[in-house]
Amino acid sequence: MVTIADLGILRSIALDEEGCIVAQVTPTYSGCPATNLIQQMVLEALHEAGFENVRVESVLSPAWTTDWISSEGREKLRQFGIAPPTETSNSKRALFGETLVTCPHCGSGETERVSEFGSTPCKALYRCLACREPFDYFKCH
Amino acid sequence: MSGTCEPMMTSNQTLFSYVLRLADDHLILSQRLGEWCGEAPTLEEDLALANIALDLIGQARALYAYAGQVEGKGRDEDQLAFMRYERDYQNLLITEQPNGDFAHTIVRQFFISAYMDPFWRRMEGSKDDMLAAIAAKASKEVTYHLRHTSEWVIRLGDGTRESHERMVEALDDLMMFTGELFEMDAVAQEMLQSGVGVDASDLKAEWQHTVQTILQEATLELPKAGHMQTGGRMGRHSEHLGHILSELQYMQRSFPGLTW
Repeated sequence: MVTIADLGILRSIALDEEGCIVAQVTPTYSGCPATNLIQQMVLEALHEAGFENVRVESVLSPAWTTDWISSEGREKLRQFGIAPPTETSNSKRALFGETLVTCPHCGSGETERVSEFGSTPCKALYRCLACREPFDYFKCH
Repeated sequence: MSGTCEPMMTSNQTLFSYVLRLADDHLILSQRLGEWCGEAPTLEEDLALANIALDLIGQARALYAYAGQVEGKGRDEDQLAFMRYERDYQNLLITEQPNGDFAHTIVRQFFISAYMDPFWRRMEGSKDDMLAAIAAKASKEVTYHLRHTSEWVIRLGDGTRESHERMVEALDDLMMFTGELFEMDAVAQEMLQSGVGVDASDLKAEWQHTVQTILQEATLELPKAGHMQTGGRMGRHSEHLGHILSELQYMQRSFPGLTW
């Protein structure tokens, strides 16, 4: 299972001066519909673990980047059939920069982009030219 | 105090107005794009337009929430979005223009993305921490919007005779709304002087360069700048905004305070 810590969404967990557990989370994309759900689930997880005095804070800065996805997280994404983001973030000026995306199913580098936008804001739609399987690519951000 | 380079005090009212108009730009454009949902030419494009709309609504939400906080009257993002009238909206006129055919939607989004891309990048250096944080996220997102629309501009412009003609028409129709992008009114000036805002007039050269580079590849030309329509920042809108708001605000107008 890929966790929100693997994805770099969970930024920190700490105790404040009043003994309240504060979990800091950051959205991946501004409009990510899962943001509220993730915050709710963090609260529930803390409650279930027996902590009563808890709070979830949303932090925007520094902005989330795919560089925060751990190497373990990348491997888990691949096993799940989602191609992890390439190592360096999307260059702002590289308007037509093509990135080499490896098929998470067969490992071939012969892939093509079907659409810049996939099933969620953070993913793009790709197709493998070797095994013909479609797959999601976690966009570099 | 010598007074030569005395920093101008930033009133909360000015900051509120500045953040609110940015929020309005993003909400209205997002609502327009959302109209394509389920009707785009292909499934992939349907997803793409909906995703861009989602980015825009995310940016709008962050901006509205911040505007409400700056105003300090207890209005939240929903109240600012759903309970203001047409004349209170300060969005740029181009954002409210109808979707038209696919060429019009693409040109509108291309013009705005080519503007918001340098706008957000500069806003990252704002002295206002919240605006800088919102900008840091938004500038990454708009990179995709610009790339996606650029690809379409090239494909349609350098496509069939019909797609080319439709692009020419869309460029002609929307050109008159681009002058407003670079205007600097009193609010924008004050924000610029206090290190919070962006000098929009200074973005024109970069915008023209980006747009012309792509149009050239698309075998298209940027129409000559003629009469420029303006007024959005003062609440003077085209007839389209009222129709957008009547749909957007329907639920909150019918059932004030409704939550789900």
